Amino acid sequence: MQWHSLDMFLAMGGYGIYVWPSFGVTALCLIWEVLALRFRRAAALRLIAHRSVEEGLRP
Amino acid sequence: MSAERINWFRWSSPQAFYPLAGKLVPWFAVMALISMAVGLYEGFFVAPTDFQQGQSYRIIFVHVPAAWMSMFLYVVMAAWAGIGLGLNARPSFMMAQAIAPTGAMFTFLALWTGAFWGKPTWGTWWVWDARLTSELILFFQYLGFILLHESIEDLRRADRASALLALVGVVNVPIIYFSVQWWNTLHQGASVSMTAAPKMATTMLAALGFMALGFWLYSLAVTLTRMRCLILERERGSAWVQYAKVL
Amino acid sequence: MNDLTWTAAARGLLWRDLLLAWRRRSELLTTVFFFVIVASLFPLGVGPEPAMLRTIAPGVVWVAALLSCLLSLHRLFAVDYQDGTLEQMLLTPHPLTLLMLSKVCAHWIVAGLPLVILSPLLGMQFGLTGRSLGLLMLSLLLGTPVLSLLGSIGAALTLGIRGSGLLVALVTFPLFVPVLIFGAGAVVSSETGLGAEAHLSLLAAYLVLAAAFAPWATAAAVRIALE
Repeated sequence: MQWHSLDMFLAMGGYGIYVWPSFGVTALCLIWEVLALRFRRAAALRLIAHRSVEEGLRP
Repeated sequence: MSAERINWFRWSSPQAFYPLAGKLVPWFAVMALISMAVGLYEGFFVAPTDFQQGQSYRIIFVHVPAAWMSMFLYVVMAAWAGIGLGLNARPSFMMAQAIAPTGAMFTFLALWTGAFWGKPTWGTWWVWDARLTSELILFFQYLGFILLHESIEDLRRADRASALLALVGVVNVPIIYFSVQWWNTLHQGASVSMTAAPKMATTMLAALGFMALGFWLYSLAVTLTRMRCLILERERGSAWVQYAKVL
Repeated sequence: MNDLTWTAAARGLLWRDLLLAWRRRSELLTTVFFFVIVASLFPLGVGPEPAMLRTIAPGVVWVAALLSCLLSLHRLFAVDYQDGTLEQMLLTPHPLTLLMLSKVCAHWIVAGLPLVILSPLLGMQFGLTGRSLGLLMLSLLLGTPVLSLLGSIGAALTLGIRGSGLLVALVTFPLFVPVLIFGAGAVVSSETGLGAEAHLSLLAAYLVLAAAFAPWATAAAVRIALE
């Protein structure tokens, strides 16, 4: 293990301000995409539920 | 008794594909997480420090897999577009549309991480080297595909027009890459090359491989999930979607 | 009833498009003026220093040509689409690919060729001389037809879409990049002593390939838009 302390790890030999925004934004994008899809699925299911309610009211 | 042939086309109907995709997604998601975790561990705790670039080189563990995925996904998207135009099959068009946003995202990540790698390595946020410039054009090609589809009201025309654009674009990608690379080598002053990556120790390659695998599995999970959303949106008039929540 | 051979149909369509463009001469002039204006903006923006202007001249003239072509693309199909002529072209027995080639030829004669002819004047504005001026003209002569050919694909894909101007640009811009690189690069590399042959050959090859494949893609896009 080459990191002797958490501080060393975060500093990344002075390059921390480049490394962490890179990995951070990557993680954010992946998480955002998953969440956005969850919302999309929920919205689609809601739309379907509304339709079936409407259709149920029609004879 | 005759041998049964597998009818692969059975899965091409949205009604059959929807539950199948739903079963596959969790597996791909879990495997993606594991692969990325292994890759990150390998990349941060096992791979040694690069002599020239110091710790900043570790950005390649997201930059390179993102760039690979951005190009790979475009080709797959174009393949689905071609199949859709050839077979006149709507689900094929939908697969292409399911892939596009993820491909665009990886292209953005390749550009973003490329900039953050370029700054400590070459002193500037942007370098006009062949790969980054080609990635930029690829990003516009993804955007064009998505926006063209959204701009056309008639769904059938939107599917087919964007599919044709994807095919034209996939022919353009190698042309772009070649021309930009050539352009780069001719302008001697601006000759920085992203191929000036550190000599790869085995541990570095392993980390890269795991991250690439992780991104690929992630893309599978996300694309299938988006495909399920597309199916729900398009098929909302059908009877079977009433049971979509449990499928 | 006399049936047209496809060559007669292609020639007829070319002549018709040229005639219609001549009747709307002002449109032709706007393209030309736009070309000149865009190129003239650059010195105003970057300063009049002669050496620098000479350096950026090929790129600037080429980008101005590219933008002019983009702006003129709607003219290819817009009117024919609105009055139903395009649909009629689909219904004729003549190969749509060839009809598309005719339309693109007419478009180039109207929107591309004037740029080629004017380019030496712009080049001189930027301080280019002799050999470079000739190469600039030649590169545009080879390149602007490619722009029309590739641009027609974008125009066909975006037929009739509201506010399609920017969408056409977004869709077509990736296709234009290699042409820009080879075209402007021809002049630049000759000035730096490397010789323009390679660039021009690639540009010529690109022209041949575009002429062979682009009309087919344009025809496919028109069918998609009209069916």
